[in-house]
Amino acid sequence: MATSAIRPVSLGTPYYLNLFVKETRYEFLKALRNRMFSLATLGFPIMFYLLFGVTNRHTGPGLNYAQYLVAGYSCFGMIAAALFNLGAGISAERAQGWLEVKQASPMPRVAYLGAKVLTCMAFGVVIVAMLMTLGLTLGGVHATPGQIFHLAGVVIIGSIPFASLGLLLSLIMPPNAAPGVINLIYLPMSFCSGLWMPIEVLPHWLQKTAVVLPTYHYAQLALNVFGYARSSATLIHWEALAGFTCLMLGASWLIFTRSEAKA
Amino acid sequence: MSTLTVSAEQTEEELMPSHSGGEIARLHSVTKRYGTNTALDHFSFEIYPGEIVSLLGPNGAGKTTAIRLLLGLISPTSGSVRVLGRNPRDSSARTRIGAMLQVAKVPENLRVREHIDLFRSYYPKPLSANEVVRIAGLEGIEDKFFGKLSGGQKQRALFGLALCGDPELVFLDEPTVGMDIEARRNLWTQIRLLSARGKSVLLTTHYLEEADALANRILVMNKGFMVAEGTPTEIKNRVSGRRIRCVTRLERDFVRTLPTVTDIVEDRDALVITTSHPESVIRVMLQRDETLHDLEISAAALEDAFLALTKSVNQ
Repeated sequence: MATSAIRPVSLGTPYYLNLFVKETRYEFLKALRNRMFSLATLGFPIMFYLLFGVTNRHTGPGLNYAQYLVAGYSCFGMIAAALFNLGAGISAERAQGWLEVKQASPMPRVAYLGAKVLTCMAFGVVIVAMLMTLGLTLGGVHATPGQIFHLAGVVIIGSIPFASLGLLLSLIMPPNAAPGVINLIYLPMSFCSGLWMPIEVLPHWLQKTAVVLPTYHYAQLALNVFGYARSSATLIHWEALAGFTCLMLGASWLIFTRSEAKA
Repeated sequence: MSTLTVSAEQTEEELMPSHSGGEIARLHSVTKRYGTNTALDHFSFEIYPGEIVSLLGPNGAGKTTAIRLLLGLISPTSGSVRVLGRNPRDSSARTRIGAMLQVAKVPENLRVREHIDLFRSYYPKPLSANEVVRIAGLEGIEDKFFGKLSGGQKQRALFGLALCGDPELVFLDEPTVGMDIEARRNLWTQIRLLSARGKSVLLTTHYLEEADALANRILVMNKGFMVAEGTPTEIKNRVSGRRIRCVTRLERDFVRTLPTVTDIVEDRDALVITTSHPESVIRVMLQRDETLHDLEISAAALEDAFLALTKSVNQ
């Protein structure tokens, strides 16, 4: 029965596929059943949209505010999902010792991270769908199917840079301070990047410095769907987000390998 | 993703590791330091197939460190760690082992059934979910959320997760913490059954009774060192002798000079004497002191052996 010599096992695609599907499915269920998380990612954008989007039928020159905020709050919700699920989530699971149980199992690390990112993306789809429905039915928003898919695509891809930021934060934040730290980071960033109101309304110095924020580039890409971006050039924003992602992942990798060498 | 197939360059030594003694896991002269603190100091031991080995020691003895090394969660400062003849970080080793660790909190909003389903997917040849439920005694609580379980139920569920992959080697780190007596005895039965099926078990505990009841072999640890190793009987015999407890007028210093007396402690108005031959000691004492009363003679418990063994290192 017990043999101490083991033959290396070749684990095939069905094994990995099943593992990834299960990990993602339960990660999603876990997030959905976590009221704190659902509230931050779905509750707040919807509440803000009902308060400031639906009731605000103000249509300035070339600006339908209800339409603008569908894009803005979709990004806002996605950022919250990525930072809370990756940042606070990993940080808590590590502090509680649960991450060690998973690490001691043969589960590949990439499945753990991948499941969390896919969960964020699924939440992104739900956020866009709900805000869009509210906008179309209550907010008097007009959007073509093409625009809806475009927005959903931008919002979903945006989960990657912010998931990377979340990962980095999970490695450096004290676990019990995580939700506070995340709020301190993403609320001001969202405000300064024009996710809650057109950036032109903000003071000039803020408009100038917003360019360094990843949220600004994310917002511009989403706003471009409805033609509200400051310019129609999108490549520069994709490049900025890609660069930001590399920076976050690189820093995470460095910190992780250092801590692992010490362990 | 780690590749699980072994490339052709790897030597025969890697594929068919030397397991001269047939051991299933081995720490060889392992030292583990955290800064200036030495958690393990040139520590060596092996686990053989079908054995239940218990690491026994007070807090900070290095028991959990040893398990974490064997699971590849930490790496040794020096020395070597092999599990199933491989590096413990190797996925092909990890698919053959199961671990029950001390966890402060398990994700609470998944049901027991869902946790089992997820962990089963990590292993190429898992036990059936029903089997896991049966072995870990989870009948009736499969649909409960983890957060709603009692302390003992949580421990049982974690035990179930450790068995999902039908492992050859199971690590149990303080498995019965928070369990009531009945649940503890049930888990002991399951651990014995694992061993009966040829599985190896490494168990850490600070319950001496638990090590005595389960282990084929006990390793007593203190401050990163091995203090003693042997079967539960051998460990008990390490502190040979029995204890005499009585109230007597005789002087302590006199009793100490009697042959075979190894230790004397005053306990309230009584004297507790440790000796390998209580009959001859008590004969002398009764002759000399007619008032001697409240006499008890008892065997040294494993607890005494344990305390004596770890105390000698402290001094």
